[in-house]
Amino acid sequence: MAELRARRGPSAGRGIPLLAWRQYRLERRMFWRNPSAAFFNFLLPLLFLAGGGIILSGNQHELNRLVPAIAAMSVMSTTFTALAYNIVFLRERGVLKRIRGTPLPTISYFGGVLANAVTNTALQIAIVVLAGRLLLGIGWPRDGVELAVFALAGVMCFCGLGVAFAHLIPNFESTAAYVNAVFLPVVFLSFYVFDSKSAPAFLRTIVDALPLKPLIDGLWAAIVTGSGLGGKLDALAVIALWGALGCYYAIRGFSWEQARA
Amino acid sequence: MSDSTSTDAAIEVWGLCKRYGAFEAVRGIDISVRRGEVFGLLGPNGAGKTTTVEILEGYRQRSAGDVSVLGEDPASRKRALRQRIGIVLQSGGIYSYVTPREALRHWAAFYPAPRDVEEVLALAGLQDKAAQPSRKLSGGQLRRLDFALALVGDPELIFLDEPTTGFDPAARRSAWETVRRLRDLGKTILLTTHYLDEAQELADRVAIMKDGRVLAIGPPRELGSGASSYRVAYRNHAGELIERQTDDPTRLLNELTAEALARGERLEELSVGRPTLEDLYLELTADG
Ligand SMILES: Nc1ncnc2c1ncn2[C@@H]1O[C@H](COP(=O)(O)OP(=O)(O)OP(=O)(O)O)[C@@H](O)[C@H]1O
Ligand SMILES: [Mg+2]
Repeated sequence: MAELRARRGPSAGRGIPLLAWRQYRLERRMFWRNPSAAFFNFLLPLLFLAGGGIILSGNQHELNRLVPAIAAMSVMSTTFTALAYNIVFLRERGVLKRIRGTPLPTISYFGGVLANAVTNTALQIAIVVLAGRLLLGIGWPRDGVELAVFALAGVMCFCGLGVAFAHLIPNFESTAAYVNAVFLPVVFLSFYVFDSKSAPAFLRTIVDALPLKPLIDGLWAAIVTGSGLGGKLDALAVIALWGALGCYYAIRGFSWEQARA
Repeated sequence: MSDSTSTDAAIEVWGLCKRYGAFEAVRGIDISVRRGEVFGLLGPNGAGKTTTVEILEGYRQRSAGDVSVLGEDPASRKRALRQRIGIVLQSGGIYSYVTPREALRHWAAFYPAPRDVEEVLALAGLQDKAAQPSRKLSGGQLRRLDFALALVGDPELIFLDEPTTGFDPAARRSAWETVRRLRDLGKTILLTTHYLDEAQELADRVAIMKDGRVLAIGPPRELGSGASSYRVAYRNHAGELIERQTDDPTRLLNELTAEALARGERLEELSVGRPTLEDLYLELTADG
């Protein structure tokens, strides 16, 4: 017994960053092994781009607007949608509860999970931008810093909202219904308002107050116009506000366990 | 509250209560588990076993009473405490796209002095499935993985909530063997089970719970015979099975055999037995 105790000094145990790194590596490995995750994350935006490209072919002005819109949608699907799905799945299956019982620090766990989402988003934006450049004839992004700032703000915002939203989903079976009830209308309305000059004013007001449209605006500025961060601070503020709200509820209401009826 | 035994007690529970809304799942229990002991928690469905265990594991907050686990309050959820305990939940999932070996390697890194992963795979009988994604494992194999994940950190104290449910008989035997080996290594084990033979085989002491209370506590052998009575059974001339309790079987047998001989009858199927743990369990947990 004494010998057992001696092996465990007070400083024993691995560091938080190392464990976050290990969690990240595990998340990456699981991501690549899950065919449907890989499909939704990489093929789907490409299909959207291809479809839009065919419909709008020849209209460079419209194609220029398509790419940032798809990029923003990709941010939302790799973070909000993916996290809501994963958290509900892991919670309902009891994986989160099991992790909760180990010495893995919470911050390492979420560090790994969030880094995984950031990686997916970065890959997606790269794919969308590259496909836009090679297939749809849009230019390279005009403002790399602005692109990074908006992408990162979007990731943080939609990660927080995705985790927070998972609290509202009562069981795994209804995840798709819940997620799509938010994702589809938000994407549809944001695309519509972004693209149409004749959208009703009240709709524009609403959509501008939601986080996706400001993200599209920001990415549009970064990729296409290069108008600079200064002109898009209001959009950034809306995203940050939603992000703060999302993170607050993500942490506050977080449940490691299936709720019992 | 007592602190006199805190040095050799791995777990102490004083007047523990747990309410879910208006429902009282645990109603004031006192338990003390010594270091190096295998302690069994028995009781029918809904007795409050999992509730008690999960309070000790730090998953649930108690409503009243005090608990100490390896000298700490589990409600504080200190990382240092979690490094010293291993947990098999009554039901818990694992990542679908990860193999047992990968899961164990990942888990091992959480702990300061983990066991060798290959050794734990062998201990849990998972060598053949070590590289199979967990979604392709059978229910019993997943349960073995639960076991392996709880052991890989080489914990001092292990909670096993119905660890062998879903095991085939051979797997159950080998799980028992594992528990005995862990005890030989000086580990403390708190185990819940519905299998009385399992409690009898493994536990140094058991507590029988029902409706949130502890009804009996002690070594399974002594508990069974705790009433100090013997049971004498035989079939009478009408063919009925008669069962009698006595503290003095010699005298009772003498009376019974004398009467039977006087009547010229035989006492068919005559037997003398001590009540087993199962008898006591059924008696204590019977309704009404
Ligand atoms: N989260 C909860 N909310 C409300 N009631 C609960 C909750 N968890 C347990 N209970 C109730 O508390 C009682 C004790 O449950 P517990 O899971 O501790 O029983 P148990 O002894 O482990 O039973 P089993 O042998 O079936 O596993 C049950 O009546 C159960 O319905
Ligand atoms: Mg239980």
